[in-house]
Amino acid sequence: MEPLHNKHFSTAKLFVLTGLLLLSVGMIFGLGAAAQYILPNFLKQQLSFEKMRPLHVSAVVFWIIVAAMGSVFTYLQQYNGKKLRFPLLAKVQFMIFLITIIFILISYCFGEFGGREYWEFHPFLAMPIAVGWILFLINFIASLGTLKKQPVYVWMWLTGIVFFLFTFLESYLWLLPYFRNNIINDMTVQWKSYGSMVGTWNMLIYGSSIFLMEKISGNKEAGRSPMAFVLYFTGFTNLLFNWGHHIYTLPTHQYIQYVSYAISMTELFIFGRIIYTWRTTISNAQRHFHIMSFRMLAAADFWVFLNLVQAIVMSIPAINVYTHGTHFTVAHTMGTTIGINTFLLLSFAFDMLHDSDVQMKPSAFVLIRFGFWITNISLLVFWLSLIFAGIAKAHWQMSAERTAFNTMMEQLRPYFDTVLNAGIVMIVGFLLMLYPLVKNLFKAYLRTED
Amino acid sequence: MAADSRKMVVVTLLVIAFLSYSSYIYYRLPVNKYAVDPNAEDGKMVWQKYNCNACHQIYGLGGYLGPDLTNIYSLKGADYIKPLVNFGPRTMPAFHLSDIELKDLIAYLKSVDASGKSDPRTFTIHSNGTIAQ
Repeated sequence: MEPLHNKHFSTAKLFVLTGLLLLSVGMIFGLGAAAQYILPNFLKQQLSFEKMRPLHVSAVVFWIIVAAMGSVFTYLQQYNGKKLRFPLLAKVQFMIFLITIIFILISYCFGEFGGREYWEFHPFLAMPIAVGWILFLINFIASLGTLKKQPVYVWMWLTGIVFFLFTFLESYLWLLPYFRNNIINDMTVQWKSYGSMVGTWNMLIYGSSIFLMEKISGNKEAGRSPMAFVLYFTGFTNLLFNWGHHIYTLPTHQYIQYVSYAISMTELFIFGRIIYTWRTTISNAQRHFHIMSFRMLAAADFWVFLNLVQAIVMSIPAINVYTHGTHFTVAHTMGTTIGINTFLLLSFAFDMLHDSDVQMKPSAFVLIRFGFWITNISLLVFWLSLIFAGIAKAHWQMSAERTAFNTMMEQLRPYFDTVLNAGIVMIVGFLLMLYPLVKNLFKAYLRTED
Repeated sequence: MAADSRKMVVVTLLVIAFLSYSSYIYYRLPVNKYAVDPNAEDGKMVWQKYNCNACHQIYGLGGYLGPDLTNIYSLKGADYIKPLVNFGPRTMPAFHLSDIELKDLIAYLKSVDASGKSDPRTFTIHSNGTIAQ
């Protein structure tokens, strides 16, 4: 492998730039979908909700996956001090993902679906994604060399890559009649795979965030401490076994509920750890808040706290039976994907820009700071509105005498109005950050090569 | 080196436990005796082809714009469902399914209905935090 130079991150930057573009596209479709809650005839003939929702979901899921791959490539090279073992393979992987994602988004517009949650595209399009992921795995292992004496983030990256492939393939077991022919069997396996899959991309992203925190603080031991590994094993155990909280109300094996409930409660340890290190976190935030990438990490920290509380609450079956199927769950999805994943991925993108020889103008910093606060405040309003809508729906679905579904939805209208308005403000906030980021990162990309 | 070995042992044990758990679930699926209705199977494909899941839920999983349809068949009946699918109230588009597609979709919803109850009011909540139906 060649020694590393700043110019050696061009493919990684392409992944992140493509991810940022997908984030923008996903936000626009998300806004369209939120508008359809309020205005039933909005784009009903052209892009009705069953098209708008997968366009939004797939764009943002691929934002997370594609940018996470870019961050792993970048930080793996920085950690190793050498360029990737197979740079050409990374380019091929990028092209496979790019072309497949374009096909997927176009297929939705034409009403071509596979019709499964998250992966709503035709199963045929899953094949290139699996192939692209295998190339990612090969390149990662070849570039890493050995697992001996590696810090926790390397373990997390490898775990995320291997188990994403497993859960992705598992999510297509429905193609076999043995799994598909009974709805309870099908949904049990489907949500087993999805529940774990979310944990796999979190492994990639959290691994990169630990690397970045080490890089900013200069403390190279944080990722090798016993506590770091205890937290990793807790997270890994949850990835493997806590998926059952998605299907507590499904008439499946009862033991799935017990296993998931017990394992989910180990997250209280992570929660306790966050409380214990709170003072240090605040002090670090004050010290490094001027660094853009750290500012994004600090925002993610705040959202980790809120969403972990929510996740633990929802993992208790007695509470889950109320919140399941309500917007309380949507609030959790939005809180984690926007508040945690997106802010962490933005921190990596800002760090890549910081490492390049492109200097942002002072006016760009002003825009980003302004966008940062707008985004966080509007996300809080957005998140709380969904929680209140969820509580109101929970009350409705547990009522002895329910009103009609449409009547209940009309009663939730003020919450949906707030979600839409907060969503519009949030998109403005994001665009204030994304415009200078993408513009300058693209300049940085043009100055690099692999 | 010793620390690496301990980590490998923990990872190996977790992976073995996971693979055993997964294999057990695959081998002993929750429902192992059921009648296969070819119309219901085709109806599932109709459900997926039109991405019904984007708006509707089965057992509380799916979209949030429309109602949960797990027990729609026993609650409202086929005659209620058919015109809704083909004319599309409010946000729902008119899908204009063929007669065969509509028949298969109804068969699918009937089979889903027969699989259990999704109404959360039918659950018993235990003091240890678990639930049962």
